[in-house]
Amino acid sequence: MKRIDRSDKVRNNFHQAKWDEPIIFELSQKGERGIQVPRAEEDIVTQVGDGFSAIPATMRRATGPLLPEISQPRVLRHYMRLSQETLGADVNIEIGQGTCTVKYSPKVNDALSRLPGMAALHPLQAEETVQGILEIIHKTDCFMREISGLDRFTFQPGSGSHAILTMASVVAKYFEEKGESEQRNEIITTIYSHPSDSAAPAVKGYKIIHIQPDENGYPDFEAFKEAVSEKTAAFFVANPEDTGVYNSRVVEFTELVHKHGGLCGYDQANANGLLGVTRAKDTGFDMCFFNLHKTFSTPHGCGGPACGATGVTTELEKYLPGPLVDQVGETFTLNHSNTFDPKSVGKVRSFLGVAPVILKAYSWIMSMGAEGLYEVAKVAVLNNNYLFRKLMDIECVDAPYTPGKQRVEQVRYTLEKMTKDTGITTGDVQRRMMDFGMHYWSSHHPYHIAEPMTLEPTETASKEDLDEYIATLTQVFKEAYENPAIIKSAPNNSVCHMVDGSGVDDPEQWCITWRSYLKKTTPNQ
Amino acid sequence: MAMKGFKNHPYIPNSVPEVQQEMLSELGLESLEELHAEIPEALKLKSKMNLPKPLLSEFELRKHVEKLLAKNSNCSDNLNFLGAGCWQHYVPAVCDEINSRGEFLTAYGGEMYNDFGRFQTLFEYQSMMAELLDMDVVNVPTMDWAQAAATSLRMASRITNRKEFLVSELIDREKFLIMKNYCGPDITLIEVGYDNTTGQLDLEDIKSKLSDNTAGIYFENPNYLGFIEQQGEDIADMVHTAGGLSVVGVDPSTLGVLSPPSNYKADIVCGDLQPLGIHMQYGGGQSGFIATHDDEKFVMEFPSRLFGIVPTSVEGEYGFDDIAYDRTSFGHHREHGKEYVGTQSALWGITAGVYLATMGPEGMKELGQAILQKNLYAIAEIDKINGIKSSRFNSPGFKEFVVDFSDTGKTVAEINTTLLSKNIFGGKDLSQEFPQLGQCALYCVTEIHSKEEIDSLVQALRSIVCA
Repeated sequence: MKRIDRSDKVRNNFHQAKWDEPIIFELSQKGERGIQVPRAEEDIVTQVGDGFSAIPATMRRATGPLLPEISQPRVLRHYMRLSQETLGADVNIEIGQGTCTVKYSPKVNDALSRLPGMAALHPLQAEETVQGILEIIHKTDCFMREISGLDRFTFQPGSGSHAILTMASVVAKYFEEKGESEQRNEIITTIYSHPSDSAAPAVKGYKIIHIQPDENGYPDFEAFKEAVSEKTAAFFVANPEDTGVYNSRVVEFTELVHKHGGLCGYDQANANGLLGVTRAKDTGFDMCFFNLHKTFSTPHGCGGPACGATGVTTELEKYLPGPLVDQVGETFTLNHSNTFDPKSVGKVRSFLGVAPVILKAYSWIMSMGAEGLYEVAKVAVLNNNYLFRKLMDIECVDAPYTPGKQRVEQVRYTLEKMTKDTGITTGDVQRRMMDFGMHYWSSHHPYHIAEPMTLEPTETASKEDLDEYIATLTQVFKEAYENPAIIKSAPNNSVCHMVDGSGVDDPEQWCITWRSYLKKTTPNQ
Repeated sequence: MAMKGFKNHPYIPNSVPEVQQEMLSELGLESLEELHAEIPEALKLKSKMNLPKPLLSEFELRKHVEKLLAKNSNCSDNLNFLGAGCWQHYVPAVCDEINSRGEFLTAYGGEMYNDFGRFQTLFEYQSMMAELLDMDVVNVPTMDWAQAAATSLRMASRITNRKEFLVSELIDREKFLIMKNYCGPDITLIEVGYDNTTGQLDLEDIKSKLSDNTAGIYFENPNYLGFIEQQGEDIADMVHTAGGLSVVGVDPSTLGVLSPPSNYKADIVCGDLQPLGIHMQYGGGQSGFIATHDDEKFVMEFPSRLFGIVPTSVEGEYGFDDIAYDRTSFGHHREHGKEYVGTQSALWGITAGVYLATMGPEGMKELGQAILQKNLYAIAEIDKINGIKSSRFNSPGFKEFVVDFSDTGKTVAEINTTLLSKNIFGGKDLSQEFPQLGQCALYCVTEIHSKEEIDSLVQALRSIVCA
């Protein structure tokens, strides 16, 4: 036979798994069961009766919930099929989810987190019965201190956004104790920091001030000087921001805030390119957080469970939510002194947060060591700048700001020229990339860079992966000029075709549950 | 001196020096040290971080972590009666099978096209929870019950444009702290009392505290201390008359047998998904839900993502999309969106969906029945022990009950220490949290506890108290 030609790097024959699976309620067959439940023994039933009669009549459920009735194999098959219709990072070359640091999550860490020594722990067990997990939490705290230069971490926050809320809560308590709560009601952030740097502190009542970028993409220092005052409670910022541009004058920013009595919180969602290279403390921050599900690989789980490990200086430690884990001699203990102290934040999440995520981050760091984390940062930056260089060679791709200079771990590009030339938007490219099994993300809203494309390759992508992603994007951009119809109609090889979102803002039409769908639509004849 | 990296690391394909050189030369660079050029030298670390040496092989890593975890005593090898917000139920194997799937485990913020399965499973989760709760709108999960409750209060405050909330005094004090922090500084939580005998909310106290500023009331069913609050409808009527909303926290594992809060006029319902097929994981399995009726006024106040079913360009094909996305802080309004949204606990939502699909209506009913029967039995048997009152509050409960040891002359701490020596994890010590109750502990019995295990607890308690 003729040797099959596989020289094309683009997966033109890709088709995502498409099962055309019904909604789970449509699988229901009266009488089918997915599982039998352990029942009370006969002796118990003889002694106490049916159990129901103990409930006051008004509190008994009158009609059972209309859950589907499905046999176990059909339940399993349904969910297996839906899993196949999901392109997690285990499946696709995950370069397209900029700002989210989607990297390889080692399987061994997941396996460890499922052991009974982790999965079957109750959070209120006596301390002597949970020494292993307390040791892991304490040591991970110590690792985070070393990586950031800060002095104490809490693992309660369940995400980066929750960590930002926690930092804002610490700020609030700090100024409450100083009697400056009313005066200090502003938090300054930048337009290219994550939207949660604005939204989460606003929940705590702060007025949010946004610093726009200067002509080089750095937060405008002149505008910043105008903004900082005795009203400033804190400055929350990512560095590099979501453009991948590192603000080399960051210390001038933090010093200015300190001079006016404010605090500085570092959004380290973009830390992947900085591990072992530069630290929060050394750039003048009083607080920071790391996303363990991002930088420390503990997977994203479709959007959690996760952890935004939040660190502070010794001065701010007393405001952290409790309990913290202390080491006393060879023993690890829960220090509750913060929890019920009205001077502290109290608590931000039940128990100690998501312990298996801390375990996985611990295990990942233990597989890396200092040299491994440094390698992560170097390769993440190498991969990003390689991708950056290659994409900037394409005529319709540009990246605003700092021409000729390196970016850190990601870049926010603009496809404005392509859109002007062809009418094809970044949203169109996003759908088309899915025809090749490639995830692609534009940007948070609102777009401050026209027709944005935000790519972050992390250290997980190989050169071959990068080349495939570049080749695929190149082909799609070419299609924009030569065959835009194929992009406009995309996705063509994905699980579903272009959705009709015309009803999603209309209360008469939106269907958030199956029962609403049945109420708002009529049966077909 | 150049810092050393970890070459040929199995998780880092481009840690191969030859590949690095090839890529560097494309960039016109000679060494990795020339990267990070935009970071001032003064800000750069000059020596490598002080971290433990890496465990080079996966085998060594596994052994190391296994050894640490072996220092824990777990609830599979011991007999556990702790609940109090995290409960030991049976986790069907299919739940673990599905939430271990790499596709779900490693997906994140994709679109409906590449993450179609994530959208459908979460839509189905919302839909099955809606049936369980008898409400039309359920969100993509938030952090945990406490967060769901805190957000429910903020939603109610925005809907009513009022800033005071009445909250039952008998709730988990740590949950109260989370709610207080999240609702501050603008919303004031005012605690309402209870009947000392039954634990039921004090309606007179509620009445005296309702005002034109009342955004609503928050209580739980079952109450944190296990008993059923039976005055839900009266409470809702009172608060509605005052122009506020009834917000009820509920344990979803009760809803095969107990009336859902919407049936006693709750406006917003919240709770934790952990009982629905999710391992305890030292508290890592918590996941919050919020539900309302399909009323625009309520739906538009959710900060969470809400996945909806929509048509596609092809007839006969299901599609999914975000509903009213611009409500959220991911929309165009940033801090002017509703609170904030971000990563929360979606994988547990998917898992709870698998659980409900597996259990079905009969499974949920039988689960509720088995729990009720086993609790009645445990309460009756413990009550036979001299000096112990097994039901501090004279109200029927579900899976938890307050055991009063005050007359035994022993503290809960002492009793729990002795129980531990018999490989039993006794109930949560309430003596610090609710000192007014004396030496009381919150015990939890679920479908996993056999008669033999309950009997062994009773025997152990008898031997401790009578010693």
